[in-house]
Amino acid sequence: MTIQFGNPDRPNSYIGKTVPRPNAGRLVEGRGKYVDDITLPRMLHVAFVRSPFAHAKILGIDAEEAKSVKGVLRIFTGADLAEICTPWVAVLEHLKGLKSPPEYPMALDRACWVGEPVVAVVATSRSAAEDGAALVEVDYDPLPIVTDMMSALDATTPVLHTELGDNLAFQRLHEEGDVDSVFQTAHKVVSAHFKTGRHTGVTPEPRSILVDWNPAERQMTAYHATQAPHMMQTALAEHLDIPESRVRVICGDVGGSYGIKVHVYPDEVATAAIAKIMARPVKFIADRLESFTTDIHARDHEIEARIAVDAEGKILAIDVDDWTAIGAYSVYPRTSAIEGNQVVNLCGGPYDFANYRAKTTVVFQNKTPTCQYRAVGHPIAVTVTEGLVDMAAAALGMDPVEIRRRNMYADDVYPVTSPAKMRFEGLSHHQSMDKLVALMDYDALRADQAEARARGVHRGIGIASFIELTNPSPFMYGIGGARISAQDGCTVRMDPDGSIVALSGVTEQGQGTEAMLSQIVAEGVGVHPENVRVITGDTQVTPYGGGTWASRGAGIGGEAALRSAQALRDSILEVAAAMLQADQASLDIRDGQVVDTDTGAQRMPLEELGRIVYFRGDTLPDGLPRELVQTRHYITSEYPFAFTNGVQASYLEVDTETGIVTLLKHWCVEDCGRIINPQLVDEQIRGGIVQGLGGALFEEIHYDSEGQLLNGSMADYLVPMAGEMPDMIVGHVETPTKESALGAKGAGEAGTAGAPAAVMNAINDALRPLGAQVTEMPFTPERILRALGSIED
Amino acid sequence: MTRIFADQIDVELTVNGEPVEARVPVGQHVIDFLRQNLGLTGAHASCEHGVCGACTIRVDGSSVRGCLMLAAQLDGADVWTIEGLSDSDSIRDLQEAFIARNALQCGFCTPGMLVAAEELLAQGGVPERTAIREHLSGNYCRCTGYEAIVDAVETVARQRAGQVQSGKVRA
Ligand code: FES
Ligand code: FES
Repeated sequence: MTIQFGNPDRPNSYIGKTVPRPNAGRLVEGRGKYVDDITLPRMLHVAFVRSPFAHAKILGIDAEEAKSVKGVLRIFTGADLAEICTPWVAVLEHLKGLKSPPEYPMALDRACWVGEPVVAVVATSRSAAEDGAALVEVDYDPLPIVTDMMSALDATTPVLHTELGDNLAFQRLHEEGDVDSVFQTAHKVVSAHFKTGRHTGVTPEPRSILVDWNPAERQMTAYHATQAPHMMQTALAEHLDIPESRVRVICGDVGGSYGIKVHVYPDEVATAAIAKIMARPVKFIADRLESFTTDIHARDHEIEARIAVDAEGKILAIDVDDWTAIGAYSVYPRTSAIEGNQVVNLCGGPYDFANYRAKTTVVFQNKTPTCQYRAVGHPIAVTVTEGLVDMAAAALGMDPVEIRRRNMYADDVYPVTSPAKMRFEGLSHHQSMDKLVALMDYDALRADQAEARARGVHRGIGIASFIELTNPSPFMYGIGGARISAQDGCTVRMDPDGSIVALSGVTEQGQGTEAMLSQIVAEGVGVHPENVRVITGDTQVTPYGGGTWASRGAGIGGEAALRSAQALRDSILEVAAAMLQADQASLDIRDGQVVDTDTGAQRMPLEELGRIVYFRGDTLPDGLPRELVQTRHYITSEYPFAFTNGVQASYLEVDTETGIVTLLKHWCVEDCGRIINPQLVDEQIRGGIVQGLGGALFEEIHYDSEGQLLNGSMADYLVPMAGEMPDMIVGHVETPTKESALGAKGAGEAGTAGAPAAVMNAINDALRPLGAQVTEMPFTPERILRALGSIED
Repeated sequence: MTRIFADQIDVELTVNGEPVEARVPVGQHVIDFLRQNLGLTGAHASCEHGVCGACTIRVDGSSVRGCLMLAAQLDGADVWTIEGLSDSDSIRDLQEAFIARNALQCGFCTPGMLVAAEELLAQGGVPERTAIREHLSGNYCRCTGYEAIVDAVETVARQRAGQVQSGKVRA
């Protein structure tokens, strides 16, 4: 049955409506169950001794004193765990040339970044484990370090992993058209150097894992704050030599992920290894300093880029040279080359132009490893692209909206392939821009800006168009050999009381996955969403799936849910037709009742059908299929990714005396295809925007030249708080993907993708009359004052 | 090392309206005492140094950071956590507004956020949005971007001031 999405009055019309989230009620009452809320009998706690050096040989470990702490039961070194845990190498075959050394759960004879786990102390309480850890003495011999990105490949720079030959992890050059000759002859060429600050996710709930090993059953159970339970199941099974079927990963409530919790972390594998050795439940909850030094970092990029335009503002060529430093190891199993690769794939994304060159150079250094964090690579690519476009507009004396309109792909050209060889099925740049301009009342805002300027107040408007990669196919990881599922499944069943249970492979970290699935299943079957119970996050129970990352939950998990729900509807109606001696095609399910399709007359409530099927099956015809359960899996196949698009705008004020930026308002119009729940989408956008604003204005991990992390607390690493954040106007255009019946694409990362560029352009719009420009994030008061020439040294 | 001070201390207090007697380690923080000893896991530990507000609870009428106060200081105190505030229905309207406006995503910040918001609402009146933002500036939320939270708090302030009848959240 195809759903008439265009008709809001259709029966069971839950897709497209704001319905409450089933899990919100318990979370507001403090009844959530995060990993640290779980206590198991005989549970132990592990604390890690971590390297205080960025690079050092481990000469010896003396744990005698630590063992005397009351409650400390055992102490493990890296060598102890290596006996039962194999190392991993985070490379993917399709990222040609990517290299990384084997990594163990704890350092063996050499530590490569400040925070790398070296010794594990296991005790009956966390405080005893921490007391013990403080008494472990490790004898280190410092080694030469690599901290600077741009000199990492210089001949005089020490090589971090000598067996690899050099500090180059990965390099990719993509070239399309004749870039060099275009730049020689173009009407105008503008170039700039951009920097995005190394930052991290700061999940409110720190990384958390509790692992139990039952030797009698040879079964491992990991309660884990993760985005990808099945991926973790594979990783634990493979490296701890347990059959995959004997590892169960349970993911209950998760206190924020944003990409941080989709990786395999050495200390979490160590916790599992210890649980297996000790045959007792072992809990590891990172403290905040551990979060800063060991959660993946991201966005540490420096980019030299230029754009060539003609006199009419038409983009002729873009040339991008991106560098990123990924720390000491490529992160398992997604690898740390994806972010740079995304920059190559995404620069110039909204624009119809012919000549494109982009290169990314990915180097090792003695810092915390970087990897995929919300909107992977997008904020960098959008900053570079939109920064250049604005600079070109300024050079031509053209309005920033106008130059974009002259270059964005026309809304009717799709499908189209970009010069980066990305394939776009259907985007809506112009419609989105029109909507944005109307929402923000662009002309009135320009008038307000001029009026303020006359008063000596410096306000700026910044625009940033963007594309966003969602619904990934196996082209993202699977083809590279990683056991990371791009497909996802959903099992939907009807219980005797007529209620529906949906088990899904995608997970919930607060996005509203369970609400979204309950709506889809409710519409697909024909019941109220309240009568759908959604179960996620348990590898022993749910169909196999990829989990929640790369904005795939709604588009892929949602389509699997729709297909399984519609299949269940057919199964129910087949039974109903036999019971009612009616033609199946003349029956429908609405609000939990079997009805006549034409008249809507009620024929039988689902609980009556359930009663007969489950308790009086003897009264049904022999041979009638009576499985009220259906499973469907879905994978995208026509396009490697479903791209979405959007455009953001920032209005802000720069205090040229103090360098402080005040955000006045923010707008975003985006196109994520079919919207399943408008409120949830809006709030994903808003939350994403604020995460992007953090990167633009505050967030930056600082290291000194010795590789010491300098701001490892929330007092020193600034995140956006309520006081500094603006109200945000969100609008939508809907271009459903034709690949699925549901038509949904991802929405979770669009806000983060475009916000930093919008802010940068707004600041530069405010500063332009003063001859100043900033391109290095975050845009701190100091950097703004330096750009203004107010401070120099 | 001679032990000059006792390393455990006896406290008597009220938690969510119920009497509690406990012997606590002198160095134990309130948040750990509540979570580990009393099983009240609604308030969370996040930054563990007073910056994020995830551990916010109510002690003797004011909101307090459970990670900055010691359990040993609780002798004679009247403590309310999200569990008690929920059971007593005393912030039901605020909780409902949070749900209606989707002012929570992962929910990790939410118990602390609710206690902090209630502290402002209890002062009465309808605060300006900037005042709401200011008051909540010690409570970190990575998910929502804050706007929905500000909306929910504003709505409840209006409702309590009698300016709107029902739960219509966004005007
Ligand atoms: S945990 Fe107490 S303020 Fe952050
Ligand atoms: S809802 Fe996740 S941190 Fe606030």
